[in-house]
Amino acid sequence: MALRAAAWSDTAQRRSATESGRGMAQGLGWFSIALGVAALAAPRPLGEAIGVGDRSLLIRAIGLRELLGGMGLLAQRQKAPWLWARVAGDGMDLALLGLALASDHHRRDRVGATFAAVLGVAALDAAAGRQASGHSGMRRARLSGPYRAAKTVTINRPASELYRFWRDVENLPRFMPHLEWVKAVDERRSQWRIKAPAGRTIEWESEITEDRPNEQLAWRSLPGAAVENSGSVTFRNAPGGRGTEVRVEFEYRPAGGAMGAVIATLFGREPRQQVQADLRAFKQLMETGEIARAESSFGALKHAAQPPSEEEEVR
Amino acid sequence: MKANCWYGKERLRVEDVPDPRILNPRDAIVKITATAICGSDLHIYDGYIPTMEKGDVLGHEFMGEVVELGPGVKNLKVGDRVVVPFPIACGGCWSCQQQLYSLCENSNPNAWMAEEMWGHSPAGLFGYSHMLGGYAGGQAQYARVPYADVGPIKVPADIADERVLFLSDILPTAYMAAEQCGIRPGDIVAIWGCGPVGLLAIRCAFLLGAERVIAIDSVPYRLAMARDKAGAETINRDETDTYDALMEMTGGRGPDACIDAVGMEAHGLAGLYDRAKQMAMLETDRPLVLREAVMACRNGGTVSVPGVYGGFFDKMPMGSVMNRSLTIKTGQTHVQRYLRPLLQRIEREELDPSFIITHKLPLERAPEAYRMFRDKMDDCVKVVLTPQAA
Repeated sequence: MALRAAAWSDTAQRRSATESGRGMAQGLGWFSIALGVAALAAPRPLGEAIGVGDRSLLIRAIGLRELLGGMGLLAQRQKAPWLWARVAGDGMDLALLGLALASDHHRRDRVGATFAAVLGVAALDAAAGRQASGHSGMRRARLSGPYRAAKTVTINRPASELYRFWRDVENLPRFMPHLEWVKAVDERRSQWRIKAPAGRTIEWESEITEDRPNEQLAWRSLPGAAVENSGSVTFRNAPGGRGTEVRVEFEYRPAGGAMGAVIATLFGREPRQQVQADLRAFKQLMETGEIARAESSFGALKHAAQPPSEEEEVR
Repeated sequence: MKANCWYGKERLRVEDVPDPRILNPRDAIVKITATAICGSDLHIYDGYIPTMEKGDVLGHEFMGEVVELGPGVKNLKVGDRVVVPFPIACGGCWSCQQQLYSLCENSNPNAWMAEEMWGHSPAGLFGYSHMLGGYAGGQAQYARVPYADVGPIKVPADIADERVLFLSDILPTAYMAAEQCGIRPGDIVAIWGCGPVGLLAIRCAFLLGAERVIAIDSVPYRLAMARDKAGAETINRDETDTYDALMEMTGGRGPDACIDAVGMEAHGLAGLYDRAKQMAMLETDRPLVLREAVMACRNGGTVSVPGVYGGFFDKMPMGSVMNRSLTIKTGQTHVQRYLRPLLQRIEREELDPSFIITHKLPLERAPEAYRMFRDKMDDCVKVVLTPQAA
């Protein structure tokens, strides 16, 4: 999941927030590496300094953990899991230090100071972790919203053709698999239905709020929708005959309460992920006339890359 | 049907799996008459390719007979004999239209995995991990071929499977490796690795006008093949220092172009450093050959890399590349681009890649064939499997 969430580029606004969080994660990463190197290279002096004495093996093990964690933080685009791993590591260190405090064999003043320092670092880790996680999905969506997602893809077809296909809203379920159907009510209004568990469905009405042929379409749900939502798609010529840059923006705000939260999760496993998957499918449909499917694209869980049985294929 | 399935590092099983069916309008089902084990399959066998799942059908070098077609395929008929390229390419995206077929933008349903690892996704491949599509492979009795109107090439009935099978991967791969060298009159090309791709690359380099080809390996029977069957001069890197030998043989200039036909699992003494880092998960690839090729290449020369790399390595002599104006060219082969011209060369008998085949076995024996190929037992160079043999 972490991998998947990281594959998304974000709206500019969120990106800047993420970047300040990244700075903090980066700092913590270097801190981990420095601590890891010190623990691996000089476990004995370090043990003396923090007041636990000669516990070289344990300190080396902690050093290795720090080194790997630090490298993970620096190398991976998705910081949150690494930050939460750091918080877990802090917890482990605090537990060990707690044991040291309780025993008579250690320099209690130094161990106490170390305990306080680790507590401070743990607070920083947790803050950075929360910041990083807040930008990776459902956690935030469950709370309130509004939830925004934006994504751009280049499609090797003329803007007019892409616009025409999208403007016929009844085409949308062909590349948005969570939609059961969309029915045009009149020129601007349409009825939408998504699938919900236990055979239930959710419907709402939507209207087109902006329609500039071959350039842009925008829509929003009409009052009364269980999930207030709006979106737009913009078509722009890519340079040098590279086709059309298609940008989709999408926002939704679930109604309050538990029901709203449930509905929000139905709206997409993860909104940015959903927009990305939908756009990719749109590109495939427009460029190849079909949606790419591999043998492993079947089944609820990951299917092996071998032909699906007939039952799996139907599902 | 029977298929060779992956169950973990060095664990393969030929077992019964469901027959493939048409899933999309542009699909075809091919009844496979011949399929081969590729050197790159050994990276999977050895556990170096991430995102494999238990039960994945392996294999990406295959040919056979069309037995079923989706309604969207107009250029093939049931009964046609075809060779199938290993990269799956749609023909409609910008990359396909630039003939960069192995970078098809639509054929990888799991593109997000590759984007996470590499920044962008290349094409989906047959039988080569979920990150590269999650497609069932061709070491099986049947395979489903997506975009069958773009990839497969029809081959005449009078040419034996053995002569055209390698159009699916290693012949175009060797050809592209040599083509990337930009060979000019008088050029000396050095090729690391005398496996199937390396041996064919020797032939292709001569075909494209190389003055001399020097082949480098440490396995005596493969070096003998490079010398006797492909006409190369050879260096046994276990017996001599490769760099010194190459300088000696090229008047101190270094080869004009170097081909790394080995890739991420290079062997050698200096490899202990990289092997240790690989085991500690600090490095995924062992770039011994690539380092050697860079250091040996003449100033301003080209290093061509058909060998497969998957992730990260270190101690890349980038200073040597930059300060000496080297060019590095690489990529999964854009097979579709080479099918027609290479088939013509085979038909005109300018090229017969079948000389590398040392073993022909029924599909059932795939697991032992992998081991034999990997461990270079019984002078094995290339194994062809026949899935329809009783």
